[in-house]
Order: sequence, then C-alpha cells, then structure tokens
Amino acid sequence: MKKIIAATCLASAIALPGLAQAREVTLTTQLKDYSGNDAYLAIYVTDANGQYQKTLWVAGKKAKYYRHLTDWARGSGLNPSEFDGVSGASVGSGNTLKVSVELADTLIDAGYQIRIDSAVENKREGRADVSVPLTSKGSGKPATGSTYVDSFTYDL
Amino acid sequence: MLRQFHSLPGLIAALLVMLLAISGAVLSVDPALERLHSTSTAAGQLNVGQLAGRVASHFPGVEQIQRTASGTVIVYYNQDGQSGAEKVDPLTGQGLAPYEPSAFTRWMKDLHRSLFMGTPGHGVAGAGALFMLILSVSGALLLARRLGGWRNLWRPLRGTFSQRWHAQIGRLVLLGLLLSALSGLYMSATTFGLIADGSQNEPAFPTHISAGPALPVAHLQALQSTDLNDLRELVYPSPGNPQDVFSLRTTQGDGYVDPVSGTLLSWQAHDPMHNIYQLIYQLHTGEGLWWLGLLLGLCALGVPLMSVTGILLWWRRRKAGPNLRYNSPAHSADSVILVGSENNSTWGFANTLHDALHQAGHRVHSAPMNDWAGEYHAAQRLFILTATHGDGDAPASASQFLARLKHLGVKPGLPFAVLGLGDRQFAQFCQYAHQVQDALLQAGGSPLLGLETVNRQSSQEFARWGLALGEVLELEQPLTLVHTPERPRSHQWVLSTRTVYGEQVQAPTHVLRFKAPAGLPGFQAGDLVGIFAPDSPLPRFYSLASSSEDGVLEICVRKHQGGVCSQFLHGLEIGASIDAFIQPNPQFRPASGTHPVILIGAGTGIGPLAGFIRNNKARHPMHLYWGGRNPASDFLYEPELNRYLADQRLTELRAVFSQVQDRSYVQDRLISDALALRRLIEKGAQVLVCGSREMAQGVIQALDQVLAPLNLSVLTLKAQGRYREDVY
Repeated sequence: MKKIIAATCLASAIALPGLAQAREVTLTTQLKDYSGNDAYLAIYVTDANGQYQKTLWVAGKKAKYYRHLTDWARGSGLNPSEFDGVSGASVGSGNTLKVSVELADTLIDAGYQIRIDSAVENKREGRADVSVPLTSKGSGKPATGSTYVDSFTYDL
Repeated sequence: MLRQFHSLPGLIAALLVMLLAISGAVLSVDPALERLHSTSTAAGQLNVGQLAGRVASHFPGVEQIQRTASGTVIVYYNQDGQSGAEKVDPLTGQGLAPYEPSAFTRWMKDLHRSLFMGTPGHGVAGAGALFMLILSVSGALLLARRLGGWRNLWRPLRGTFSQRWHAQIGRLVLLGLLLSALSGLYMSATTFGLIADGSQNEPAFPTHISAGPALPVAHLQALQSTDLNDLRELVYPSPGNPQDVFSLRTTQGDGYVDPVSGTLLSWQAHDPMHNIYQLIYQLHTGEGLWWLGLLLGLCALGVPLMSVTGILLWWRRRKAGPNLRYNSPAHSADSVILVGSENNSTWGFANTLHDALHQAGHRVHSAPMNDWAGEYHAAQRLFILTATHGDGDAPASASQFLARLKHLGVKPGLPFAVLGLGDRQFAQFCQYAHQVQDALLQAGGSPLLGLETVNRQSSQEFARWGLALGEVLELEQPLTLVHTPERPRSHQWVLSTRTVYGEQVQAPTHVLRFKAPAGLPGFQAGDLVGIFAPDSPLPRFYSLASSSEDGVLEICVRKHQGGVCSQFLHGLEIGASIDAFIQPNPQFRPASGTHPVILIGAGTGIGPLAGFIRNNKARHPMHLYWGGRNPASDFLYEPELNRYLADQRLTELRAVFSQVQDRSYVQDRLISDALALRRLIEKGAQVLVCGSREMAQGVIQALDQVLAPLNLSVLTLKAQGRYREDVY
C-alpha cells in the first residue's frame, strides 16, 4: 500500500510540475430525483485505464461512509491527505453541487478522465456513475450519469 | 428528590421520548417482516461461491451482492447500461422482485434518528435516549421504594387509575426501555465519534495481484470457504480493470479476493470495537434478532401511555400540592417546617405558620416529611405538623419519615416542636404525631414545646399553639396564626332513591343514592364523600358504595343518637339536595391482578365492599364476610349480594348475625373458617376490612389466630400491602 501511495505521489510530482500551470475548473453535478437520503460523491481524475490519479472533490462529511465510494476508496487508499480541503456536504436528491477546484494543465487533453463514484445509504452504490474524458473540447458539455447523477459538466 | 429526578425530565422530554418510542416501535416491525419474506439457509448449507455462481447465470452484469442481517440477498447489477437491484432467492440465484428500500421506513428512520434535522437532530435524539435512561432508572427506583424494596417489585399495585397503570406498564417494559435507551445512547455516541465503532479500519488494498485469466466466480476458493450466513457484501472488480479484485465483507472481517488465484488477500478481522458495535446495533434495531426487535417495539409502545399517565399524575399532584411563597432552600433556612399530610389539609396550617415566621423575619423552608434530609446546616428550629392516617399510621407525605430519620439522624440538640392534627372521635387520636415526637427525642432533638394537638382543624387550638411558640422563640411580636380551613369545592347532589333496613332491630340504616344534576365528578367505590350537614362547618365522611360509572353516588348510613349528619341524611326527602365533595381514598380498593380478595365488614361497612363486588366484572375470586343483627331486618344489600353470587361476581358469602338464636359475630366466623382462609392467603389473597374500630380490632385478633400456623400475622400482611382497612 505504502509503495502505491509513494508511486502515486511521485507520478503526481512529475505530472504536476508546478501550480503555476494550474487553472480553476468548475464542476457542476446535477443529481436525479431518487428516493433516498443525501448522496455521497467522489469526483476524481483517473488515467485511461481507470487508475486513480487525484481527488477533485468529495461530497459527504462522515469519513466512515467513504468506503462505499468503492473505486475511489481503493484508488485513494482513503488517505486523508488525498481529500484534505476538497470536501463538503453530501448532496440531496435532485440538487446540484457546484464547486470550483484547482486542476493542473497537464491533466487536460492528456488521456485522463474525470469519474464520479456515488453512494446512498441502504441503496446501491454508483461505481463510475459518471466517466468522461478530460479534454478542452469536452468543457461545458453535459455528460449523463448512470446511477444517481443526472448530468455532469466541467468548465475549464 | 428522586421524584423530581423523575418528573422533571419526564415533563421536559415527554414529547421527544414519545416521538422516539413510537417511531422506534414502528421500525421494530421491519426485521420481523423482512425475516418473513426471506429464505433462510442453515449454516454449512450454502457458501458464497455457490451463491455467486448461481447469481452469475441470472445476472451476468452483477456488480455487488449484499446480504442483510435479516437474510435478504440483494444483487446489484448493470446490464446494457441499465443499472438495477433485485432481491434474489439464495438457493437458485433467481431474481424474486426488484429491490427498492421502502420510502416509509426511510422517513421513519430519519425521524427516529435525527427528527429530519441532520447533525443537530442526531444530538437531540441522543439526548432523548439519555432522558429515557434517566426516566427508566429513576422510575424503577421510585417504584421499588413505593413497593418496599426490589424483592416486592411484582406486588399488586394500588392507587388511582393513572398511578396503577403508570407503575404497571413501567415494570413490564422497564428492561426493554433500559436496553433501548442504553444501546441508543451508545449509537449516538458513535455517530458523534465519542466512541470508536471500529469501522474506520479498512484492510489495505493488495499490492500484488496474480496475472492471468480470471477464474469463474464459483471456483474462487476464498468464496467457497465463506458461509452464506456470514456474508455481508461481495463487491465485484470493475469490469475492464485487470488490476481490480473482489472485496469481501463478512460478519468476522473484511478482505479482498484475487480473481485469478481465488486466494484471500489482506484479510483483516474486525477489532473488538467493531464487534461491540455490531452487537449493540443488533440489540437496538433487532436486525437479525427479529423477536427481540418485536419485544423492544412492544416495550416502546408503553412509553406514550406512561407519558400521558405520568403528566396526569404530575398535574394532579401539583394542583393538590401546597402553594408556597418565599420558600427558602433547605440548606440555608433557619426554620424548617415538615408536613405529614394525607389530603393536603395539614398543608393549610403549615402555610399559615410558614407565612407568619417569614413575616417575623425568618428564612423558612417547608417540605413534606418524606423529604427529611437529616442535615439542615443553618436550621435553628424544626416544626413538624402531621396528621395520622387510619389506625395510627403515617399519612401519605410522611410514609418514609421514620425510616429516613433512623437512617439519616438529626442534628444533635436541634430544637423541635411537633403539632398533631386529628379528630378526637378516633381512638388513635394523633397517634402518629406521638410516634414522631418519641422518635425525634430518641434521635437527639430537644423539644421546644411538648407535643400539642389540634382537634378537627380547630382554628383556636392552632392559634393558641402559635402564641405559645412565639413566647418560646422570644419573638418581638406575638406569633399570630390565623388559619381558617378552606372548605373543599363541593357539588350539589339530589337524593334519588332510598332503601331502608334495620328498623325492627333499633339500627335504622339507609342506603341512599344521589344524582348530580351538574354531572358526576370521577370517583370509585371505597373513596370518601364529605357531606356538610346544614350549619355544620365540618364535613362528615362516608365511604362510597358506588363508582361514577354506576351513574349514582351511593352511601350506606346508620342513624346515630346525636349524630347531626346521619339524622339529617335519614330525614332527607327524595328530590332534596345535599352539599358534598369527593375525597379520593386510593389506598382502600382491591389491587390489580387476579389474586383472591377477602372482604370483611360489619354493619354499614358493607357499603364500599358491595361496591367492589359490583365492579368485579372480571370475576376475580371475592369472598365476603359480613356481620349484621337480624337477617329479617338489617341484611343490607341482600338482593344485590344474591344477584352477584348468581353471576359469579361474588364467589362466597358468609353472613352472620348477632341478634338471632345462635348469635355469632364476624370474628367468630373467621375463626371457624380458618382453613379456607389460610388457603386463600397462601394463594396471595388480599384483605380489605371496613367497619367500626372495635370490629376492626376484633378482626385483627381473629385473623392473627387464623394466620399463626402460616407464620404470618396481620402486621406482615399490612407490611406487604395486602391488608387494608377503612375504619370509623
């Protein structure tokens, strides 16, 4: 495990040469009208194979439920440093989460994807509820989700 | 003190606790319903590998299999971009019905856990559990105290409707509520992270995964060796990610399964905190323990009943209780007034003394005698005003006093004065006040004055006591105590029928029935009615032979030479009205339960006993011993009693008469019936005696003789609450 984290950190260090080349990206996630409690969401970047790279945002305050965001939990190892400062409240049915986060330029148009894992108490988990390529062309174009996410848009 | 500890949280949190209890009771049905609709498998019957294999043939796109604690197996799948969830039969892997958690249950759960208020709501619910715990513990202590110790917790209960049901439900549901409250409190503490629940410790994701083609899921060895009953959750690897593995969660621990080799990786057994959490979670929710869930739900249903009766009890006590102004705290008062009162009339005198001492510049603390604290740090003098109940017993608000005095003692040399209030008509006039005086002397108090008494609420005697007290205390002004007993709120009653007995044996006795034009207040047989004869400031009390359900107020009155009130009642014309009030007497009535009841009376003492029999709709065994003069003249209630015998409201009637050939008294009959009586007592029978003081004395002697072979006496029965008297 430690090896993997170390390797990931190394990869990030190479992939993100400096924050000077970072920009702000706005993530807009609109949830469907489902019956159930507020959803936990993890919005994160993976490579083309789905390998975890970086957490963009986690919605949901109780870390003990994070394991239900399965793919993200495995990739991030639930290491608090991975989601420090980029987490907030869970999102209710039919509501929209709109957050702005820093994103390194090197991740754009480089074969990476943005994925969302979702989970609702006592209901199915949405593994890769959303999965979209991270490209400048894709900016502002809504993508549909498969489980709780109705649509997801990123604005570079 | 304990009582405040019970009623205060009860009042503050009644609504909250009711809400939690009702929602909890509703939720408690779920595990049982779920159990009813799920297929259970025996241990060793089916393993997770077999289940996964069967599921795979019906759901190729399976992503996750879950098994709830109650045994429902749910498959989450994704087929052709369509995601779904289905309940499946574990034996075949076939889908049974789409799985959709009930919106109603979720709503109820939200209400139960957080009152729809998120994190602050979780805190409120936790506080509710704490209130429930405080109420259960203090309630149990109060009940044990009232019944005379924990061993007596299942003794028959007495008292008003609310008192009886509050205690009855309380002792039935106590254990369930304690379990719910404690487990709820624990769960609240884990929600707020005050107690670790062991769920944070995730097994490390495996670093090395075998290369090669994945095995069919049914062949994975780690799954084959896991029993279905232990399964919590099996999460499949992401399709198209060769680096991914199965996650396996069981009741014992969590780990991963290599899809190529089938081996278990990074297995981590649950730590003790996690196991404790799971156990307590089960105990609280009944998930996987459906019968316990139902039991707890039933117990929870007692909460609304207890809240309502509890609030009623509090309200009545408050309305009846003293209304004190300027009551100083016990620890800082220089003068302490303790009151022993059965029906609050003594409080009126105490209030007058309280006000007068306060006017004279003293810091005064008044309290019921049962609150005796032993240490009154600033106290320079102690006053005790007490009535006497029944045959020299302590009145209600002093029932614990002598025991507490023995236990806690008194400040050595504390000056005290006891004032007894009573009625000289009774043989044991102010008997209890004498006992208190002696006990205080023995405990080391020093008397300010000798024991004084007040007969029949005499304002003059009370004022005289005040003057004597003022002199002893060397007050600048004389201590003037002006107390006019308040006349209780009375009703108008109209005489509707009269049955006459006993004219030929010089014991004219009338059974009188009254109606209330303005509507009946609530009362029960055995309660007392206070009747004001014209121009008489003091009421005369009669035991009631009917309850308000009967629609009439019935009393049985014998005409006494010089008895103002009995002559007035005997002369009353049909349709004429009287002025009367009800005084509850909850101590004198049959206890709840199915134990036999032995009723003993003579003369007009039959009144309340006949009322008890009339109300014995449950047909509990009731045995009546009654003595009259001549069956031809004063066999009171004869037709009714024969009717009750016929319809089994009355099991046995033993009537004896003193003015016939072989004259006999009720005491004689008790002795000749000793064998049958002993059998009844052994079955847990209770005894209710009503009649004159001499008869009651004779009955005690006779029964002591009857009970001797059982190593019992009337005194022991009295201590057990199984012997009650209403004597005059």
